[in-house]
Amino acid sequence: MNWIKKVYRFYRDGFRGLSDWGRTMWIIILLKLFVMFAILKLFFFTDTLKNKYDTDEERAQHVLEELITH
Amino acid sequence: MFESIDFALVNWSRAQFALTAMFHWLFVPLTLGLGFIIAFMETIYVRTGDPEWKRITKFWMKLFGINFAIGVATGIILEFEFGTNWSNYSWFVGDIFGAPLAIEGIMAFFLESTFIAVMFFGWGKVSKRFHLTATWLTAIGANLSALWILVANAWMQNPIGMKFNPEMARNEMVNFWDIVLSETAVNKFLHTTTSGYVLASVFVVGVSAWFLLKKRHILFAKRSIVIGSVFGIVSSIMVIASGDGSAREVAKNQPMKFAAMESLYEGQTNAPLIAIGLFGKPHDTPMHRKSDQDFLMKIEIPNMLSYMAFLKVDAFVPGIKDLVLGNEDYNIMSYKEKIKRGYEAQQVLKAFKEAKGVDAVEYNRLKAKFDDKHWVENYFRYFGYGNYYDPNPEQLELNAFKIVPPISLSFYAFHIMVALGGHFLLLFIVILYFALYSRIENKKLVLYTALWTIPFAYIASQSGWVVAEVGRQPWVIQDLMPTMTAVSKIDTSSVMITFGLFTITFVGLAIAEVRIMVKQIKNGPKEGGNK
Repeated sequence: MNWIKKVYRFYRDGFRGLSDWGRTMWIIILLKLFVMFAILKLFFFTDTLKNKYDTDEERAQHVLEELITH
Repeated sequence: MFESIDFALVNWSRAQFALTAMFHWLFVPLTLGLGFIIAFMETIYVRTGDPEWKRITKFWMKLFGINFAIGVATGIILEFEFGTNWSNYSWFVGDIFGAPLAIEGIMAFFLESTFIAVMFFGWGKVSKRFHLTATWLTAIGANLSALWILVANAWMQNPIGMKFNPEMARNEMVNFWDIVLSETAVNKFLHTTTSGYVLASVFVVGVSAWFLLKKRHILFAKRSIVIGSVFGIVSSIMVIASGDGSAREVAKNQPMKFAAMESLYEGQTNAPLIAIGLFGKPHDTPMHRKSDQDFLMKIEIPNMLSYMAFLKVDAFVPGIKDLVLGNEDYNIMSYKEKIKRGYEAQQVLKAFKEAKGVDAVEYNRLKAKFDDKHWVENYFRYFGYGNYYDPNPEQLELNAFKIVPPISLSFYAFHIMVALGGHFLLLFIVILYFALYSRIENKKLVLYTALWTIPFAYIASQSGWVVAEVGRQPWVIQDLMPTMTAVSKIDTSSVMITFGLFTITFVGLAIAEVRIMVKQIKNGPKEGGNK
């Protein structure tokens, strides 16, 4: 358990001692992750095949039809 | 069949993917190379104990951190796009793409997030050697992450080590090591990562040149130039060697890409390499039997293309027309024949699908074809060509010419990349010489050249990807799946909206990167460095 405390303190002290540019970087990272996962992934990038079909068999059938063009 | 394809959707999806990939690739090469440069600098600090090296290391580490923070996770958007815009492709590639990407995700998370924290938070809190180890592991981890992405990309260029499962319409991995150690994967990994090292070296040398021009932090700048240029020279030699390997591999596995890179319409023995060339008129799109090259000017190196492709000065290098129309003298199968074979493979898959639950004997007979090595090697391997089939021979030939990548873009991207690669090597040698044997701070022309070479390193790096990705069109997976089949049938307007959103986001992030980076560069290294 001692090492877990050490690791926790290491990260805590690291974040507390962040420089100005370090803080800016973390704001950018968090903003970016929020936009990516809470907006883009949720509203714009849903899984097409998972959304349209319930089973893998149905998905496979759809892709087979797309592959066979004639 | 082309009537059923919404080319607006295909083109917007391609544009969106290209935008995301190119934006992601603005950050990756600097991370790959700067990681090692920092590790070298810190190693010198640990070995000598000279505090100036610590300041040098910390300064470049700060720029590494900015680049890493802005660029981190931008690659995940590509994975979003796979599931939404390229769902047919994602399904078809199955676990072959999934396995390397999963390894990459886990490796990137554990290696980079653990050791990068030690790199930034660990100064004075962990021992010098532990800190140095973390720096090296961050650099190695970043490069290992790149390995898995590049393995996945290499498989798309040269699909091997898999078996197609006709019931599930997806490819299944048969031999992991065949995929990881394919000649395409090895060359791609070496060429791409070492090109990142060159870009990072140009960056270090260019920024250091700026300090010398401003007469600030002279010792810091000189030492950085020495490290950057030595690493740059070694990396440039590795880029040339791996590029040489890549050229031979492309000539063998993607001869159309190779021909497009050189705009070689008619194949020839003792083929010359075009060192510099300028087209006179746009290429015919699509090409046809009578299309011809039209160079306004070109300077050639005799026999070089033959040697580059096959290590023989008199080797025959097939041209675009040889590949489309075939060449019996050199045993080159025409695209028309490949289209017919691909069409036959598609018909087998269609019959297999129709026999399911209706005719068990026929179903099993057709299924067995996908286990038959001879049939797979001679018919299924051309599966994607079947999309270009037409019963009318004249239309079939016109369709075959549609399987030619954009020539001008492939040609210019390739030549810009090579020419700039030569410029970088020369720059490293010249600036290293002046840094070691002369007063580099007085060589303004060299310093300005070094500074203004930074954007050209990015142009060369992006050009490399243009050659790789545009040159293989129209394939998403070489010979098996064309781009138009890979795309999901979703609303084109939604792709256009996300394209716009990405453009705004990416431009914003790029501006933030440049502004923060420039500000920190102007601030210079902390705690002295004015020796």
